[in-house]
Amino acid sequence: MAVHPVVKLMTQRLALGLLLLLAASVLIFVGTQILPGDVAQAILGQSATPQALANMREAMGLNDPAYVRYLHWLGAALHGDLGQSLTNGEDVAEAIGKRFGNTLFLAVVAAVIAVPTAIILGLIAVRYQGRWPDRLISGVTLATVSVPEFLLGYVVMFLLAVKYRLAPSVSTIYDTMSLGEKLHAIALPVIVLVLVVLGHMMRMTRAAILNVMQSAYVETAELKGLRPFLIIARHAFPNAISPVVNVVMINLAYLVVGVVVVEVVFVYPGMGQYLVDHVAKRDVPVVQACGLIFAAVYIILNVAADVISILANPRLRHPK
Amino acid sequence: MSRIPVSALIGLGFTGLYFFVAIFAGWIAPYGMAEVVGGVWEPSSSQSWLGTDSIGRDLLSRMIYGGRTTIAVAAAATVLSFVIGSILGLTAAVLGGWVDQVLSRGVDLVMAIPTLIFALVVLSVMPVTLPILILVMGLLDSTRVFRLSRAVAVDITVMDYIEAARLRGEGGGWIVFREILPNALSPLVAEMGLRFIFAVLFISTLSFLGLGVQPPLADWGGIVKENKDGIVYGIPAALYPAIAIATLAISVNLVADWVLGRTSSLKGGRGG
Repeated sequence: MAVHPVVKLMTQRLALGLLLLLAASVLIFVGTQILPGDVAQAILGQSATPQALANMREAMGLNDPAYVRYLHWLGAALHGDLGQSLTNGEDVAEAIGKRFGNTLFLAVVAAVIAVPTAIILGLIAVRYQGRWPDRLISGVTLATVSVPEFLLGYVVMFLLAVKYRLAPSVSTIYDTMSLGEKLHAIALPVIVLVLVVLGHMMRMTRAAILNVMQSAYVETAELKGLRPFLIIARHAFPNAISPVVNVVMINLAYLVVGVVVVEVVFVYPGMGQYLVDHVAKRDVPVVQACGLIFAAVYIILNVAADVISILANPRLRHPK
Repeated sequence: MSRIPVSALIGLGFTGLYFFVAIFAGWIAPYGMAEVVGGVWEPSSSQSWLGTDSIGRDLLSRMIYGGRTTIAVAAAATVLSFVIGSILGLTAAVLGGWVDQVLSRGVDLVMAIPTLIFALVVLSVMPVTLPILILVMGLLDSTRVFRLSRAVAVDITVMDYIEAARLRGEGGGWIVFREILPNALSPLVAEMGLRFIFAVLFISTLSFLGLGVQPPLADWGGIVKENKDGIVYGIPAALYPAIAIATLAISVNLVADWVLGRTSSLKGGRGG
């Protein structure tokens, strides 16, 4: 029996995604092994005696070949054991658990605002293509994508927190806060993240819809005398869904990375800050774990983009 | 040289200005890079046009020296990424077969991990020095260059003149450097501008996170880091690098657009 091509394509994509995840874990592991010294040296410092170093290496299993250590690490990570932090001995999985929730909260709030806004702005820009609304939207978004996240963060902080005192400049959140208080606390980082991805997303949405606007059926709709907005919403947009969804997913993946920097700017207790802090302290287990999680989220979102664009393509869903 | 559009001229002017200031930083900057000239966060005055920074150094001088570091690191990383990326990309396109497969899948893999995350992972174990930074940035960025140069070169390798060169008995080196490279140059040059900007943003981000250029050396990201506490007191010292980076980014973009547009019209492109 022939397998439906959509099922086949999707299985391929998912398998490829899993393979990528595995390969990414290898890459992250290798990335932390290329240093001249080793972890034992990093913990004990330059002045450690050779005997102490040897004991430490023995205790940490550093005398095993690299691939054995990799398999141990990966096996433990799959069981939810991400090892202990070198600097304070705390369980990495536990520390990440709390922070991952915070990071997700920040990213989801930003995405919920950014995605509809970007699509609506993209539609408006196409409707008034070449006229002032289009130029205004394009100009402003060009400016926001030309500035790195952290600078945008300080510009927003300077204007909104210091000059006009609309929101706190430091986003501390804790469990006892109500949802409203939390949202107020993270207002500024959310604004920055929205600005960062909005630009890319809106420009790419605009390009995707403009591409469809060249088709013959759009011309037909125009000649029928339909209202311009109706043409875009009914005829052009449904056919642009696949590229638009792709754009949205890519930008959500980008959001995951943008979060790292924005968290540092606003001192937000999330994973990004945790990662950056521990890179500076050379705390390898934490960095590996955070790197793996960020890479996994990034890869999953990219695979999801592939899968959704397959599903959104009627030619693939209804093969001849 | 035919007519250059105004936008490209503005872009060229600003880009040139930034590079000029970066190269001659030592002569242009009114004070030394680490010289303390006044109190903490003094407002701008006739002595120091942009005021002073968190420990009383002249901010304008810091910005000029910082621009030199930022631009030099970004330029070096871009050149490195182009040398590695384009050579490997063209080689993959010319040789095809398993070489192409191995290189392309390897690049896919590296690109599957966000650049910043990967850089942070590597920098957690490497000593953070300028050569290491340039190497890490250049290698990570070369994956993007590889993609582009391979895509461009694949279109060119099927041309008749490449076949003619092969039949003449030219070696792989000749085909890559004398036949393909000149024809692939314009999209690569335009891309170079964009990669350079990306490198500027990237090194600034790393420095801001404290994992890039290390003090006492100045760079734009580091200036933000040093002066960020002033923001809360309404001192805009940390915002000057934003203006510098944004104007540099926009002007290089304008030049890249022009290069791309100019060469596509040379090929008899539609609509002039």
